[in-house]
Amino acid sequence: MISVGRIARRSEPYVLAAIVALSVLIQVQSGQFFSGNNLVDLTRSLIVPALFSIACMMVIVSGGIDVSFTAIASLAMYVTDRLLLASNYSGNVMLAYAISAGLGLLMGALNGFLIGFLKLPTLVVTLGTSSLFTGLMFGAFSASASDVPPSIAMHGKQILFTATNAQTGLTSNMPSQIFILIGALILVFFLLRYTMLGRGIYAIGGDETAAERAGFNVRGIKMFLYCFVGVLAGITGIVRISMIAYADPSTMLGMELTVIAAVVLGGTRVTGGLGTLTGTILGVALMTILSNSLILIGIPTYWSRAFTGLVIILGTGITAHQIRSTRRRHARAQKATV
Amino acid sequence: MAASALRVEGITKSFGGVQALKGVSLEIKSGEIHCLAGENGSGKSTLIKVISGVYEPDAGEIEIHGQRFSHLNPKEAIGLGIQVIYQDFSVFPNLTVMENLALNMELMQNRKLVNYRRARAIASNAVSQIGFKVDLDERVENLSVADRQLIAISRALLQEAKLIIMDEPTSALTKKEVKALFEVIKRLQSRGLSILFVSHKLDEVFEISERYTILRSGENVASGSTKELDRKTFAFHMTGRQFMDERYRSQSLGDTPILSVKGLSRGGAYADISFDLAAGEILGITGLLGSGRTELVETLFGILRPDSGRIEIKGKEANISSVKAAIRQGIGYVPADRLTEGLFQPQAINRNLVISVLDRLSGRFGFLRRRAITDATSKWIKELSIATKDPMLPVRTLSGGNQQKVVLARWLASDLSILILNGPTMGVDIGSKYDIHALMRKLAANGLAIIIVSDDLPEVLACASRILVMRAGAFVQELNPAETTESRLSELSTGIA
Repeated sequence: MISVGRIARRSEPYVLAAIVALSVLIQVQSGQFFSGNNLVDLTRSLIVPALFSIACMMVIVSGGIDVSFTAIASLAMYVTDRLLLASNYSGNVMLAYAISAGLGLLMGALNGFLIGFLKLPTLVVTLGTSSLFTGLMFGAFSASASDVPPSIAMHGKQILFTATNAQTGLTSNMPSQIFILIGALILVFFLLRYTMLGRGIYAIGGDETAAERAGFNVRGIKMFLYCFVGVLAGITGIVRISMIAYADPSTMLGMELTVIAAVVLGGTRVTGGLGTLTGTILGVALMTILSNSLILIGIPTYWSRAFTGLVIILGTGITAHQIRSTRRRHARAQKATV
Repeated sequence: MAASALRVEGITKSFGGVQALKGVSLEIKSGEIHCLAGENGSGKSTLIKVISGVYEPDAGEIEIHGQRFSHLNPKEAIGLGIQVIYQDFSVFPNLTVMENLALNMELMQNRKLVNYRRARAIASNAVSQIGFKVDLDERVENLSVADRQLIAISRALLQEAKLIIMDEPTSALTKKEVKALFEVIKRLQSRGLSILFVSHKLDEVFEISERYTILRSGENVASGSTKELDRKTFAFHMTGRQFMDERYRSQSLGDTPILSVKGLSRGGAYADISFDLAAGEILGITGLLGSGRTELVETLFGILRPDSGRIEIKGKEANISSVKAAIRQGIGYVPADRLTEGLFQPQAINRNLVISVLDRLSGRFGFLRRRAITDATSKWIKELSIATKDPMLPVRTLSGGNQQKVVLARWLASDLSILILNGPTMGVDIGSKYDIHALMRKLAANGLAIIIVSDDLPEVLACASRILVMRAGAFVQELNPAETTESRLSELSTGIA
């Protein structure tokens, strides 16, 4: 049964409304928003944050927080890049993905061990490992911007189609990496909705003690979760450098805060237990439009940060307000039955 | 004689030197509602955990439907039909009713994938067993406490429960909800299930159970048929103390009343309330929830403002426009919900004790005098016999009764002439209840004027020197506790003869 009240309590409709309002505003002001090349551009810049946000949403749903995924992605892609360059590898890009995912898995497993088995707080652990991985990258591998091996460069040139703006003549290419995002979305949707493992992630986020009593393998689920996040981060690292054809070790560092903000904006409950892929993607879309398209109506890019901040405050404010009003409704219902 | 559903014999269990159970026995017959009673720390919870397989006992035997075990693990216990309804119900607030009901069962069957059609079938079967009507797609956090409990009960039934253990199931329920719960319990009994009802509330033990077992400090002190149990013996077994059935008789009422209320009205809450209160008196105000009793005393304490009428203190009209003004007039108030209104839960006991008199305990430049605080704290802990190992522990580590004593001590530390107590012993264990009653009588004898608001009728009868019954915002009658009965009071407050 779907009731109007239940939908109104969710945040997806509000984020969607904000996206529509913002797009229409930019379109009316500039006439450029709904042009083919702008939409392709937006999609292109959405791929990497969207991949991160999927991983991030899963962790927040489980009641944790992860700030290390960008560091994992950076170190994994950088080591992979140097390995392939050093061995003059020129075969399929799949090997690059496999190595990077494997490295991500190892780093995720470290998080999973510290969080699942030693029961250390997630924020502290991931802040620590984030520093550790970044430090290793710049220290042990003395990372600096580097070329990408031919397989990755080739992969970056695989484009699906090119959109040209009739008015300005600008063109934008739709990268094939969009399929990785689509694949990840389908996989995670199935995982979260139709497997006991996925429901276990929600259950832990709702009440960890209850999950243990019910018979969920809480440690195992957490281990899996952080390993999965590591793998996804490793893959995202290769997606990123193949799209910019350049292995810049610091290209993703610092994205984690925007990603977390997008996830929360999309209705994922910060304290765990609630969160949807739809909401997450909408949250990322809104953030991407804010940082990419405001320039179309003549708002300089540095203002987009301020707008992003405002939207986060407003968005989380609305969520907090909803929670409070639900509580009040409860209290009233409780009183009425006395 | 009916076969027993569960029999435990000589169970001992210690946790690093502390013996929680010292050879406890318990027998529950098939299809019986058995009550396990005991104060906090009596070993009730430890015993439940031994039965449900969470703890391994050091010695003793568990017999379930004729099978003997030296210990169980949780899965074995569930397999034998033992289900525990925890105080927190162990539900997932973020998931739907359907998932809460189906997940445990799916896990027990080692399923890897979720089939929502099957889950819905499991869930609707579960709720129909106890005739519980609920929207299966609603998230559990949007349900009332009572509904969450029914979900936990339905879930237990799914796993072919034969014995359901309910750990203090009524502590968060309203009276109406308790009644509904009891109907569910009776219904389960009629289907042949045995129930172990864990409680320290006397009225419930009498109402629901057929037999009882009382534990005190990890030992059996009494068991038998509930019919042969009375209030006094129950209280004695629970606490190990003999309580006199005292009633308070006020000494001298003095000539001028300390507090005099004339024609006080507040729209929608109460109307035309008049009464006098003299030093040494304990005035009992009773009435149902919603009769205006709480609003009335909140007005006297300056939380609410009256629409009309006068309040006089020591013969002079008092303008009680705020809580501060009330305190300045020497009025103290202990609210019904001490957890949210009265205490700083995470703060230490000693800090809570002295918070209202900090200005008296600080030296020059407002620095606190540690020595003076320690002295004041230990004096109150001793005087009110607050049971704690260390006054530096947070207040939330205390039992309800001892928390209430902390609230009282705080008021007593300041100079009061009128003390208002709303539900003074709500949710408090029996031993502390008697302590609090004795304390009130002592305070009144020393010249304090006390108002207690309570729907615990035996309490009102035992403590008050005069009783005012409130119904629908008005006083219906004034009674002398010596010349009235519980049933008369309840008739007057409900208006049903």
